[in-house]
Amino acid sequence: MATSALTLEHINAFYSDSHVLQNVSFELGEARMLGLLGRNGAGKSTCMNVSVGLLHPRTGDVAVYGNRVTHLPPEQIAAHGVALVPQGRRIFKSLTVRENLIVAARKSSGNGRHSPWTADTVFTMFPRLSERRNQISAHLSGGEQQMLAIGRALMGNPRVLLMDEPSEGLAPQIVHEVMNTIRKLKESGLSIVLVEQNPTLVFDVADDIVILNSGHVAVVSTPAELTEKKVDLTQHLGVF
Amino acid sequence: MNFWILLAVNSITFGGLLFLLSAGFSLIFGLMRIPNLTHGSLFMLGAYVGATLIMGILSVQLDFWLAAVLSALVVAAFGALIERLLLRRLPGEPLAQVLVTLGISFMVADFCLMVWGGDPISVATPTHLVGFVRYGVAVFPLYRLAIIGIAAVVAVALWLLLERTRLGAMIRAGVDDPDMARVVGIRVSQIFTIVFGLGAALAGFAGIIGGPILSVYPGLDQDMLPLALVVVILGGTGSLLGSFVGSLIVGFLYNFGQALLPELAYFILFLPMLLVLVLRPQGLFGRQLP
Repeated sequence: MATSALTLEHINAFYSDSHVLQNVSFELGEARMLGLLGRNGAGKSTCMNVSVGLLHPRTGDVAVYGNRVTHLPPEQIAAHGVALVPQGRRIFKSLTVRENLIVAARKSSGNGRHSPWTADTVFTMFPRLSERRNQISAHLSGGEQQMLAIGRALMGNPRVLLMDEPSEGLAPQIVHEVMNTIRKLKESGLSIVLVEQNPTLVFDVADDIVILNSGHVAVVSTPAELTEKKVDLTQHLGVF
Repeated sequence: MNFWILLAVNSITFGGLLFLLSAGFSLIFGLMRIPNLTHGSLFMLGAYVGATLIMGILSVQLDFWLAAVLSALVVAAFGALIERLLLRRLPGEPLAQVLVTLGISFMVADFCLMVWGGDPISVATPTHLVGFVRYGVAVFPLYRLAIIGIAAVVAVALWLLLERTRLGAMIRAGVDDPDMARVVGIRVSQIFTIVFGLGAALAGFAGIIGGPILSVYPGLDQDMLPLALVVVILGGTGSLLGSFVGSLIVGFLYNFGQALLPELAYFILFLPMLLVLVLRPQGLFGRQLP
């Protein structure tokens, strides 16, 4: 297999007493997109929290390009080139659009790569944010907040981009725009984990699929294989 | 007529001192959720250290303003140490934070009593600011005007720092969502220490420049801390504007209350706080804490 951008290995994670991730392992290949599926509460967001260091696993390891980052604090994992577009967007509401971007600015963590993302390049990608650059971000629409959350993640010039339900709560037209952006980012060579509840969105763009069910990895496959074998996803994902 | 003008000037002056004291308190509480009950002690410590430098140690007497800046730095270092060594280990435990900061404030009080004794120390007004300015029939004490000016300059400088610099945006991001701030790579822990040190410096600075008006005495810490609490509850935590307006309100309530209805002074001071707590718990300018 090609270089691994992000590896979760035998992760066991707890929220107080509840064992939310049970021996979870998966691997995101460099420049690939991994679709992480599962119902509400299956452990998708917990995987994201573990990957960025917000939740430290009790056992198991997280590695970024072969570097073990398991017990590092979030700001140091960010320095390894991991960025998160979190569920619920979590933009800094009292900051302006531009400030949301500049507080996250970081030079590339890659080895001698250029750092393409600056506030200006983000504004070029999202002209609507550019028009509102000096507005307090709390006043943005849901779709604009999602673009800002993506732009903020890109400002770190990451090697690994984690996106936790970027389509959540958005109108279909906006979801379409966001998915186009994600497609472009993938084409630029970024390694991406896309967390979704809706498999049809993911099957379009992902190279690999991991399905979580009640904290376990239930399926590791590819969209083509799952479609070809007509695997019954409803047992893992419910009705969609 | 003159009585009222003077009372108003005194109120604004006192409000300025309270602003220097409570801006740091409010930032520390808003950013780190730490109710820093040592803040009154930091004020008193700044006053004692500054007074000592002005009166002279080893027969070296410092200029008032140099002494004020130095004592602010000493208090900043002390505050940063408290944050790094103690409070750092108690994240998200308000009861432990209250007990530790309260404990430290008692220890500081004892320390000051041991070093400086029980008699009040009066701090001389800087010689170039002794006297009055006359404007028509009204007479303004020069030093009090200077304090108002300093508080205004500090307010503008703090505003610029918070609203117009990247560091300020990082601080506000840390207030909005500390976890997310760390995920985007902001070293929130370092920023906490900077903010704590800055808040301590302002408190210490307020202590010494308040010296010529309030003098320095055992119990100064316990006199100032409740006032800072009232300011922050009125204005709202984490809000610079809230601290500013809250300080002026408390400055007026305190001075007018003392002058007109001395037996009800504390009632007048704390009643608005109760009303705000009941009707608008986030304060006049505060955001709802998550």
